[in-house]
This record gives sequence, C-alpha cells and structure tokens, in this order.
Amino acid sequence: MLAAQLPVQRPADAKLLVVDEEKNLIHVPRSAFVDFLRAGDLVIANDAATLPASLSGVHQRTGRLIEVRLAGRPSLDPNDINCFSAVVFGEGDFQLRTEDRPLPPRLQRGDRITLGPLHATIEKLLGHPRLVALRFAGTADEVWSGLASHGKPIQYSHLQSSLELWDVWTKIAGPPVAFEPPSAGFVLDWHLLAAIREHRARFATITHAAGISSTGDDDLDRLLPFDEPYHISSTTAAAVELTRQLGGRVIAVGTTVVRALEDAATEDGHLRSGDGLAKGRIGPATKLKVVDAILSGTHERGTSHYELLRAFLEDATLERATAELDARGYRTHEFGDSVLIL
Amino acid sequence: MTDVFNGVRVAITGGTSGLGLALVRELTQRGARVAFVARTRERVAQVAQENPGAHGIVGDVASKNDIYPMAIQITGELGGLDVLINNASDLGPTPLAMLSDTECEDLERAFTTNVIGPFRLTKALMGALAASAREGRGAVVLNISSDAAINPYPGWGAYGSSKAALHHLTRIWNEEHVNEGVHFLSLDPGDMDTPMHAAAIPDADPATLKRPEQAAHELAEAIAAQIERIEELIRS
Repeated sequence: MLAAQLPVQRPADAKLLVVDEEKNLIHVPRSAFVDFLRAGDLVIANDAATLPASLSGVHQRTGRLIEVRLAGRPSLDPNDINCFSAVVFGEGDFQLRTEDRPLPPRLQRGDRITLGPLHATIEKLLGHPRLVALRFAGTADEVWSGLASHGKPIQYSHLQSSLELWDVWTKIAGPPVAFEPPSAGFVLDWHLLAAIREHRARFATITHAAGISSTGDDDLDRLLPFDEPYHISSTTAAAVELTRQLGGRVIAVGTTVVRALEDAATEDGHLRSGDGLAKGRIGPATKLKVVDAILSGTHERGTSHYELLRAFLEDATLERATAELDARGYRTHEFGDSVLIL
Repeated sequence: MTDVFNGVRVAITGGTSGLGLALVRELTQRGARVAFVARTRERVAQVAQENPGAHGIVGDVASKNDIYPMAIQITGELGGLDVLINNASDLGPTPLAMLSDTECEDLERAFTTNVIGPFRLTKALMGALAASAREGRGAVVLNISSDAAINPYPGWGAYGSSKAALHHLTRIWNEEHVNEGVHFLSLDPGDMDTPMHAAAIPDADPATLKRPEQAAHELAEAIAAQIERIEELIRS
C-alpha cells in the first residue's frame, strides 16, 4: 500500500473496499459507504478531539532539546490533566522519521523539563528508557492553556507538510482526549450523518482517548496500545440495546471504538455505560460480543490495528483483502482509504 | 426549583466587557459552568478572579490561529460544550463613517470579527455541540445580532452588513442542524449602555439605554426557553 501524503480527510477519490457478509470483495468510492447500511443499523464513532500532544522543549539537567509526545492519561476527567505518560525523543522534527531520531538524554526520576510555557517533572520511568510518567506544574486551566498555545499535533514523516489541529480533528470532534486522531472518523461529515439518518440507520458516539500508534522504536511499539480510558454514555448503551432488539448491526468506525465497546461488553453481549479503561488487545482469539462490523482505515500486516481486524475476518479472507488493497493502489495511514468489513 | 442553567457548559466570546461581561456574571451566578474568551490577558485574569468558577481564555476570534487553541481550552476545561454565545463584535470604523468613506481594511476587520470568527469557532465546536445534543442536553448557539442587521442605518455599514451576514448564517445553520439537535438563535439585545455603544454614539444619554445586565438576563431567558423546549421535545 502507498502512504497517503496529503492531510486531506475526505479526498474526492477516496476508495472503500467492502468485505460483505458472503466474503465478497467489492471496490466502491468511499462516498458509497451509506449504501451498505440497512435500516436499524447503528454506526458508532469515537468523538474524541485530538490533543496537541507533541511538545518541544528543553531537558533542564543537560540543556538538550527534546520532543515530548504525550501518550496516555489515567482518566478523561477535565481536571485530571497534570499527569501523563509520555514518550521522549531527542532533537529533530517531523521530517526526520521517528526511527532515525536521536535518543533523548538519559532520563531520571526528578528531571525537570521546560516545554514552552509548561513546566514538568519526570515522576518515574515506565519500563523503557524513553517512556516516562510526567507531571505538569500548575492548575488545570494553566495546563490546558499551555498545551493549547505550545503543543502541536503529533506529526508524521510520511506527510509533505506539518499538521495543524484542524487537519486532525474529525468533524464530530468533541472532548480533546485523543493523542493521535481517531482517523477512521475522517470519513464522517455532517452530510454523511444526514445520509445515515435517511437510510433509517442510527448514529452514536463513544469517547476514547486514542493513544499513539507507533514510536519508531520496536521495543516501545511492542507495548502498544497503552491502556486507554474511555466513556460510553447511557444513550449510546441504550442505542446498542435497541439495535440488538431490532436485529440491526453495530458498525464501529475505527479500532478505538471496537476496543472500548468490547472492553465494556458483558459476557452475554450487553454494554456497560460509564467510564472504563481499555486494557486488552483485540486479535484473532477475541470473540467479539458487541461489534458486528467495522469501518476502518487500511492497515499493514504486523500492526496492532491489523491484528484487530483478524477478530472480524478469518486469515484467508483478510489476506485476500490485503492483496487486493496492494494490487489496487489503496492508500494507507491516517489520511488513506478505507475498508468496511461486514 | 433548580435553574435550567445549573451545570450547563457555556462559552462566551468577548467576555470581559459590556454585554459579554454581563453574560458571564448572569450565567455563572445561575450555576452554569462558564468559559469566556477575550483578547487582553490582564482583563481575562481579572474577570476570572471576580467570577469564581469561570474559566478565562485569552484569544482573538478574528485570528485564525487562535480558534483551535480556544476550542481546545473550552472543551478541555468544561469537558464538552452545551451553549456557545458568539458575542465578540467589531463596530467598524470609529467614528462611524458612511460606507463610501469606510476603509476596506475597516470593513474587512468587521467581517472577520463578526462573521468569519464566529463561523470558524462554531465549526470547530460543532462536534462538541452535537455530542451534547445526542446526550439530550439541549445544544444552543446564540449569535448576538443587532437591529442594524435588519435596518439600513446610515453610518453603520460595516457593522450592519456584517451583522446581517451573521444573522443569515445563523438561520441557515439552524435549518441544517435541526436534525442533529443543535439549535441556533440570532437575537438583538437592543441599544445598551456599553463601551461599544459609547464609541458609536458618544453623546447618547445613558439613561435612555438598556443596562447590559438587563439584556444579559433577557438573552439568558431566551436560551433557557430554547433548552426547555428541547428537553420537552425529548421527553415527548
């Protein structure tokens, strides 16, 4: 697959590979997504807005320039904004692949870091020399203000230009809790939501703090995805229940939605509403309890996202679909084309 | 009885002066969780201190690069958004000038502050507002209008035409988002005793003008009535 190099959320020529319930592979323009919906289906997306989680600054003990990428947070509480887990990179910017970035200075507990107007202290190392727990000084409002004025969205070296927040917020972006965009949701716009209603399907959301997708460091990447807090409202839980009763399908937009819904699922396929922390990995051994289908970006073998797709499709069909994506020049990564597995 | 604004998350632009300041006070006192935006850091800090619980945000709605930092602080600090009040306004040239005497830059500035800014901010916050509506919380956008948006008052060309554009934008937005449950209001608060009015008509007798506190109360009541209508609709 080719890397999508332009940060356009809904390119006019976006493609969709549909794997239907009979395992047929169907190629359509992505705008035809709604035609595969049936009355009574429920489309669920992640409404998290993306934080400006990339912060450049100085490691005070050594005076060296660093980049801190915020990577995790214990909860979604707006006031619980001082403590994060974070990955620290050495000097450099997005044009250098993360794999080629210099290591940061040796980090120690108690080290102080200045990130523009923000001041942070490393509270502990999290089992890897570049993965730390840090605490920002100041009130919640001061931290939000500092992130808003100094932070940038996490950047990708496969893109031609640097990303701004308007590039990475989906149309439905609400609470700013994601560390990288829930990019399957780029497909959504207000026109599409109206079309979903016209097809007598429903739309609901969950909020899930989508974490970082890759660090360029194999040891670190093996730890991904980190634990991710999420919130499922009683409205969404009720919509899932109604969909079950009507015999409709629950269609997740993106891997984060699957992760949250399956974490909150009870053994008999019901959904607990409220706050949770998604810890498990989803893969070929997972028996999906709530989600019936997924609209996702295209994912390459070996990634945790690809593993998640194996919960939806047996390997032979997924292999066949992946070969088609390669053969037909589908674009991958955040701004790429999509697959719909029914 | 609990006030309808109790716990409602509200963002107000232009919140340190005139009508905006009066709205911050009115809604904070009624139990709303308020975030307000204004340009001057010192004034923002002062108003936040005078209104405990209100979150002050420094930013300029006329600046494209300030919009997302504003949106992220609003939704971050409040944990979402139910009501957006686009109040910050630019009067155009002062003293007021006939349109043909108005500098292009003055007209442009009025449109940037009164139309493009609210457009950008509303668009950035639409996801949060629609999420509020899905949860049955009654999402409302109030755009502050003026009788100058309707009547062609000589000398009010930049302000009046930009407010007319905002008024129409509001009406179209309301049509387009009514099915999402996000409701748009465009309301004229009337002629008020504010710094902006003094800049427009310096010799006006303040006694003939409405107090901004009175206008803020009336606008709050209009939003409350809209929220109650939405809640009624959901119940039925």
